[in-house]
Amino acid sequence: MAYIESIGKYFLLLKEVFRKPEKTKVYIDLYFREIEDLGLSSFGLVAFFSFFIGAVVSLQMAFNMGDNPFIANYYIALSTRESIILEFSPTIISIILAGKVGSYIASSIGAMRVTEQIDALEVMGVNSISYLIAPKVAAAVTFFPLLVMSSMVLGIFGGWFASVFSGVVSTTEYVIGLQMSFKPFYVVYALIKTVFFAFVIATIPAYFGYYVKGGSLEVGRSATKAVVWTTVAIILINYVLTQLLLV
Amino acid sequence: MITIKNLRKSFGDTEVLKGIDAEFYRGKINLIIGQSGSGKTVFLKSLIGLHVPNSGEIYFDDKNSLDLNSKEKKLLRMNIGMVFQGSALYDSMTVEENVMFPLRMFTDKSNDEMLVRVQEVLKRVNLKGSNDKYPSELSGGMQKRVAIARAISMKPRFLFCDEPNSGLDPKTAIVIDNLLKEITEENNITTIINTHDMNSVMEIGDNIIFLKDGVKKWNGSKEEMFVTDNEAIVDFVYSSELFRKIKGLYK
Repeated sequence: MAYIESIGKYFLLLKEVFRKPEKTKVYIDLYFREIEDLGLSSFGLVAFFSFFIGAVVSLQMAFNMGDNPFIANYYIALSTRESIILEFSPTIISIILAGKVGSYIASSIGAMRVTEQIDALEVMGVNSISYLIAPKVAAAVTFFPLLVMSSMVLGIFGGWFASVFSGVVSTTEYVIGLQMSFKPFYVVYALIKTVFFAFVIATIPAYFGYYVKGGSLEVGRSATKAVVWTTVAIILINYVLTQLLLV
Repeated sequence: MITIKNLRKSFGDTEVLKGIDAEFYRGKINLIIGQSGSGKTVFLKSLIGLHVPNSGEIYFDDKNSLDLNSKEKKLLRMNIGMVFQGSALYDSMTVEENVMFPLRMFTDKSNDEMLVRVQEVLKRVNLKGSNDKYPSELSGGMQKRVAIARAISMKPRFLFCDEPNSGLDPKTAIVIDNLLKEITEENNITTIINTHDMNSVMEIGDNIIFLKDGVKKWNGSKEEMFVTDNEAIVDFVYSSELFRKIKGLYK
């Protein structure tokens, strides 16, 4: 019963998020600040993970295919590309962002709740839900696809770096593999997934932060819950979207 | 002026406010006093719309705030200033940004015009030169001043304060009390302060409402408070040795 109530409250919160802003200019300023806080500040982490996971994926592919005389070397690049575009960059990077950005959103909004800053907004007549959450949603939905695209590029580059410098494949073979049987829709599919993931990464933690009750301990707990439930939502949405878009 | 009629508020089966009638006067410091758990904070939060009462009427001048549509409510809220117990300053904003926030959200003033108003109110609360500091860099008393500056930046007609002296030393508390009194009289606003600090009562209490267990048990001025025979307030006021001595002096 509590779960149903929480889901209902979450959708009511979403309804408030999309109310007309009090002052558009203030929201635009907030949007750019959120791009910096949620997006740009995550770029280093995304780049690091993408490069090295790409490298590991290509080495594992080489390890699995290496001894088989019937599989050409360029399949290492092809399978690395597919793994990164279809799953690693959109899904795993989103789960990583759910941890980093989700905990930040839940704890920052939660801290505002327990220190009455949200009450102060409400008393002034500001729609606190829209003010605090709408710019985060807009920033995540527009900027996370860029992060995921850069992750794809860096992952594939990491794969090239590791496989070429370890001598399992040449640059030419790697480039041939990358170009082989390339379906641009896979990138579109990945970006569609990312938009959905970005939406839940911004809204589920915001929900947990906004409705937190108690003190600093509860703020910490709400951040943990937010990350767990955002990850669960990402996994479920990933399955549903894959079924709808690819099968 | 604010008039309250038969205000009731429950949380589940617990009735916190049990039909309160009260009047708060313009240009006066109106104090709500009572022990912890007496319903003071719920009462104050019901008045400013953070809690929705189960029944009753709350008139701001002649309009019942519970009957207003969302546009009218928004207009009313622009006329309300609130100082929270913990100041509730936006910790990611500087002092200047905090005070400017309501102006930025609800007026079409230019940046220069807003800055002039910010300087004006910061000067009024004796906080010049702290514009670029963050709340965490300020003392408790300074944070309260910033909260007051933010609350009055829109020139409200109604000012609410929830325990403005909590966590302050007695000397700073008196400074804050007197600042609130001066601002109330200068601007002829209706100020309602929630407190259990008897020093504040002595210092600034024009109209005092005493709550006990969600019921208004007594109402009057501080002078009347010292001569009343009302058992509930006598029990509250003279719970400390200091006030028992003061009562002796009064007599």
